[in-house]
Amino acid sequence: MPAREGTYGLLAEFDTPGDLVRAARQAYQDGWRRLDCYTPYPIEEAAEAIGFHRNKVPLVTLIGGLMGGAAMFALETWISVLAYPINSAGRPTYSWPAFIVPAYEWTILWAGLSAGFCMLALNHLPALYHPLFNAPNFRDGATTDKFFLCLEALDPKFDLVQSRSYLEGFKPLSVVEVEY
Amino acid sequence: MATSKVNLKDRVDPATGEYRVIAPGETFRSVTEKITRIVLTPHTPLGWFAYFAVAGAGATMLMVALCWLFLKGVGIWAITQPVAWGFAIINFVWWIGIGHAGTLISAILLLFKQSWRNSISRFAEAMTIFAVACAALFPVIHVGRPWLGYWLFPLPFTMTVWPQFRSPLMWDVFAVSTYATISVVFWYIGMVPDFGTFRDRAQSKFAQYIYGILSWGWRGSARHWMRYETASLLLAGLATPLVLSVHTVISFDFAVAVLPGWHTTIFPPYFVAGAIYSGFAMVLSLAIPLRKYYHLEALVTERHIDNCGKVMLVTGFIVAYGYGMEAFMAWYSADHWEAFTFWNRAFGPMGWAYWCLITFNLAIPLTTLWSRKLRTNITFMFIISLVVNTGMWLERFVIIVTSLTRDFLPSAWGTYRATKWDYMTFFGTVGFFVFMFLLFVRFLPMIPMNEIRLLLPGAKIRPKTGPEVIR
Repeated sequence: MPAREGTYGLLAEFDTPGDLVRAARQAYQDGWRRLDCYTPYPIEEAAEAIGFHRNKVPLVTLIGGLMGGAAMFALETWISVLAYPINSAGRPTYSWPAFIVPAYEWTILWAGLSAGFCMLALNHLPALYHPLFNAPNFRDGATTDKFFLCLEALDPKFDLVQSRSYLEGFKPLSVVEVEY
Repeated sequence: MATSKVNLKDRVDPATGEYRVIAPGETFRSVTEKITRIVLTPHTPLGWFAYFAVAGAGATMLMVALCWLFLKGVGIWAITQPVAWGFAIINFVWWIGIGHAGTLISAILLLFKQSWRNSISRFAEAMTIFAVACAALFPVIHVGRPWLGYWLFPLPFTMTVWPQFRSPLMWDVFAVSTYATISVVFWYIGMVPDFGTFRDRAQSKFAQYIYGILSWGWRGSARHWMRYETASLLLAGLATPLVLSVHTVISFDFAVAVLPGWHTTIFPPYFVAGAIYSGFAMVLSLAIPLRKYYHLEALVTERHIDNCGKVMLVTGFIVAYGYGMEAFMAWYSADHWEAFTFWNRAFGPMGWAYWCLITFNLAIPLTTLWSRKLRTNITFMFIISLVVNTGMWLERFVIIVTSLTRDFLPSAWGTYRATKWDYMTFFGTVGFFVFMFLLFVRFLPMIPMNEIRLLLPGAKIRPKTGPEVIR
């Protein structure tokens, strides 16, 4: 069941990444904020054009890595000193240099898992349904060889007739209305 | 001279002035069609079933060997005192070494912006995962009671026994399990946009559902791509120190022991280089038949084979340095046992293995791989890849068996001759590896489409005046 009724936005289809980025940059400069580009491969310029410069994935990865390393080192220390102290060839129970290797591995493990899952969470994926999948030309192009710009209806500047002629000014292959 | 000039002209795209990775004339749609057709075709080629049956027979042999092992115990293998490690650890080190090239291609070459890697990175990663699965099997079945394998992890048991963290064998548990997990995450995340393409190109409803779920609803939003690229880059940055640490930790299993022939500081770099050497050989062993069988010569070009040959040449020389250093230290250390172990390796009862490994790993590849002509000769490269894989297996055999059979006290010496169960388990894992790889080739995107698109001349944003629409 769709979450809303009505129009999600207007979707313009372009043939080259250059046309898409020029249109997106212009739309952002004209004050559009609820807009997004859809491309079959990563285009850094497209994200820059719509004002998306930074993301939180690196920070979360750093925190995850530090937590993983600290957790493993603490676990090793607790096991070797308190829970199950073994006299191994007269070495001290707190033989920290030996604990570095598993702590190092867990730093990487937690950092990697944090990077992967944080990327998914921030992208709101998995999301098996999205209104854009209703657009007739999205399926054939968006994951193959076409470049899309979507102006969303939630933007205060959105008006079905005016926005359509605004998009057509960029000379796209087509402009279609996307329903929820 | 004239031929090399023509060659260079061929390799540079006249419209953009950039080096070509993909053969000319390909478009976004044509590369997508080429790769999706392999998976989404309703007609599986008959040859695939033939290979699948052979590999399945190998995997079945592994199951038989494992069942008998679980019924009878590790006594069915040739391991005893003094050789308690034998085939299980040889195969463990060999398989995990093969996996390393996949991570090198997908992570280290990504950080170095070696865009030619895009064509071969996905199946190199798949190779890593299946190789690590084969590798991880061996220590688990070698412990004798595999159903207690979970004791390796720090879990609260009723006996309140905890692992001993001062042992490199314990470090191995964390290194290998982390390596397997991160490799799977990296591999899967890389496939998500390609699953989106499969979902959109599939004709059958069933395939649309399956790939739709696997793609997590990927729709290629610019914001998504940015986070995705950041996560991929971070995973590559994390996998790079990880892959170097895994084989280093494995070499510690040997280097920390006092056994002559093992107790040496050259082991970590020498093991890592050997791992990459054998791994690139395995990449070629898989890539060459695949590109021929599925007609992917336009995507996996001669340049890829050539570059793999160059990496093998470099790592082969690091391995040669390792062999040389072992011989030098045997003399320079003035250690009686070290010198004897080296002499025993080369001229003892298992000297044949040592000279085979010198021939396969050094003499043949390191003399021939200098030649561009031979590096771009596909048949030759396929043969050399099998030669190096055999040589690297023999290297681990020599390191493990010769050191263990004759250590300090002649009264404690022994010998080692593998049983049929050893061979069945080893060749069974080879069958299992090929079995998994064939499934991967049939059902998953073996070449990353989203990364291949980046290599096409139309992918880059160029100024309006420049030659933008070259498609």
